[in-house]
Amino acid sequence: MYVAGETQNSCKAIANLKSFCLLNFAGRFEIEVVDVFKDPIRALEDKILLTPTLVRVAPLPVLKVIGSLSDSEPLLNLLDQEALSV
Amino acid sequence: MRSFTTNTVVLSKASTGIEGFDDITGGGLPDGRTTLLEGDAGSGKTLFGFQFLMHGAQSFEEPGIFVAFEEEPDRIVANFKAFDWKMAELQENQLFFMDARISTDMVQSGEFDISGMLAALEAKVGEMGAKRIVFDAVDVILALLPDGTTRKREVYRLHEWLLSLGLTGLITAKSDNERMGSEAHEALSFMQFMVDCSVVLNHRVALGVSQRNLRVRKFRGSGFDENEAPFVIGKRGFDVARARTVSRHETNVSNERVSSGVTRLDTMLGGGYYRGASILITGSPGTAKTTLSGAFAEAACRRGEPTTFFSFDSDANEIIRNLTSVGIELGPYVKCGLLSIVSARTMSGSAETILVHIKTRAKEHGSRCLVIDPVSTLAKIGNELTAHGVAERLIDFSKSEGSTLLCTSLLDELSGHAEGGSPLQISTMADTWIHLNYLVQAGERNRGLSIIKSRGTAHSNQVRELILSDEGVTLADIYTAGGEVLMGTMRWEKESAERLKNEVASVEERLKLVTLEAEEAVLEVRAKSLQTELLAKKVEKELLTRTTGSREGELASMPGRMSELRGSDDSAAKECDPS
Repeated sequence: MYVAGETQNSCKAIANLKSFCLLNFAGRFEIEVVDVFKDPIRALEDKILLTPTLVRVAPLPVLKVIGSLSDSEPLLNLLDQEALSV
Repeated sequence: MRSFTTNTVVLSKASTGIEGFDDITGGGLPDGRTTLLEGDAGSGKTLFGFQFLMHGAQSFEEPGIFVAFEEEPDRIVANFKAFDWKMAELQENQLFFMDARISTDMVQSGEFDISGMLAALEAKVGEMGAKRIVFDAVDVILALLPDGTTRKREVYRLHEWLLSLGLTGLITAKSDNERMGSEAHEALSFMQFMVDCSVVLNHRVALGVSQRNLRVRKFRGSGFDENEAPFVIGKRGFDVARARTVSRHETNVSNERVSSGVTRLDTMLGGGYYRGASILITGSPGTAKTTLSGAFAEAACRRGEPTTFFSFDSDANEIIRNLTSVGIELGPYVKCGLLSIVSARTMSGSAETILVHIKTRAKEHGSRCLVIDPVSTLAKIGNELTAHGVAERLIDFSKSEGSTLLCTSLLDELSGHAEGGSPLQISTMADTWIHLNYLVQAGERNRGLSIIKSRGTAHSNQVRELILSDEGVTLADIYTAGGEVLMGTMRWEKESAERLKNEVASVEERLKLVTLEAEEAVLEVRAKSLQTELLAKKVEKELLTRTTGSREGELASMPGRMSELRGSDDSAAKECDPS
């Protein structure tokens, strides 16, 4: 989860992600928070433009979601599609 | 926070290196401020931004960052390789390309903003010491944002960020007015309001000809040229049309004369055309304008000067063939490369585009003499409004290069322009104006040439007959009769009448001479006989005198003698002599 400091969107995103993961992947998740203000080079390398951005690195494929995740539906849909294709 | 002091200095500007643009704004884009560049798809926004960065890196060692929201940076670079910018020499740390495209598989959920990107960029700016930055196609990002408020917020964020870092920023955005939604429009208006400088590019089709225009809509804190300026995209990128009359004072004015190609015309002009002058030859179709242009070109080549001949009517081989029939040989000069004949018939585009071609070709060839035949074609392409500007800039260009420019222009006999001025108004700008017309006399059409004006020269004001023969072009002698100049057959008649008169006169003279001689001889004979008579009379007279003399002598001596003979004494003699 790439965030930009302690802005409203960023805090919301982190909170939403935590609650989502607890709900759906209890005990089976790992969140890495990267603050682009603190580590801008990393942001540049990973091509992060809009914040907050969630990048799921595992399991593949890599998923990208931008936004504060205030609406969990798109995330769910994404995971459902994945489940179906498996 | 920035502290604001009263601005007593003129706003400094960042030169863009774009031909003509810096002139319009008096220096370039506002330094340390933001400029919005808007235009339709394909109007040249990306190119403009790219040139701006290139120039900063190459000329001022100002590193720049290009943030591409729409096109892949590698593709942009590849596309621009075609321009003459020596891109390979550019160091890697001078120019950085950020691929800021949003991938299509990205899912949106909730609100987001660009602060992350700005943070990353800030680091890069610090690393490179970048001074210039371009955000290309920012409308793409804005379209992703959910509502107007968010858009305005992000635009504001970007603007503030640029100001805080003191970067000279250029934002490009599409402004496709027909297809834009009202929201996008709103965002655009907001940007227009926020920035310090706003430039619009458009790409119109007028009368079937495409024309590109650039206009500076606003520039806070500076004066600027508010008019639309036409531009073309040439080999070196943007080329905005500007008549740079300001720099003309640097050109040297020459007193040197160059030949027109026709000896007698040179005499009429007091030696020829001035070097670096602009000459206009007008006339109806068929009056030998191209021929005179060819003569000029030939004379220039004979002097060894590179010359470019632009023809809008014929192609090179036709011109060479046609002029050979009047004794003007251009073929050898074309072969050796001194003369370049460009058939502009195949050139398409607006008058602006053609002017750029003319300038490019002339410069490449290093021409000292330039012929445009006919220049009136420029008025036909596009509209008449731009044509005058083009003509002005053409003359300006040739003067700044120090080349002698010769233009021919069609004047329709019926159009009523006559000698009142050519459609492009070149007649007022040209230094020398020669007019060719047909004189209809005694059932014939003969070509007449007259010099309407020639600045700086005491030129002849006569109308002379132009004669074309396979030996060349020349002007005929002047024969006047009853105040009219005679041409053609009438001139020939007059010539032969004169010849006849001369012959008759000389014969008459001879006759008279002979007669006088005869009379003289007769008189001489008479004089001689009179003289003989005179002599005879003289002799008679002398004889008479002598006879009288001797008789008197005899008479006087007779008495003495007689007395002597008689032997009488003196007294008797005395008595006998009473007398």
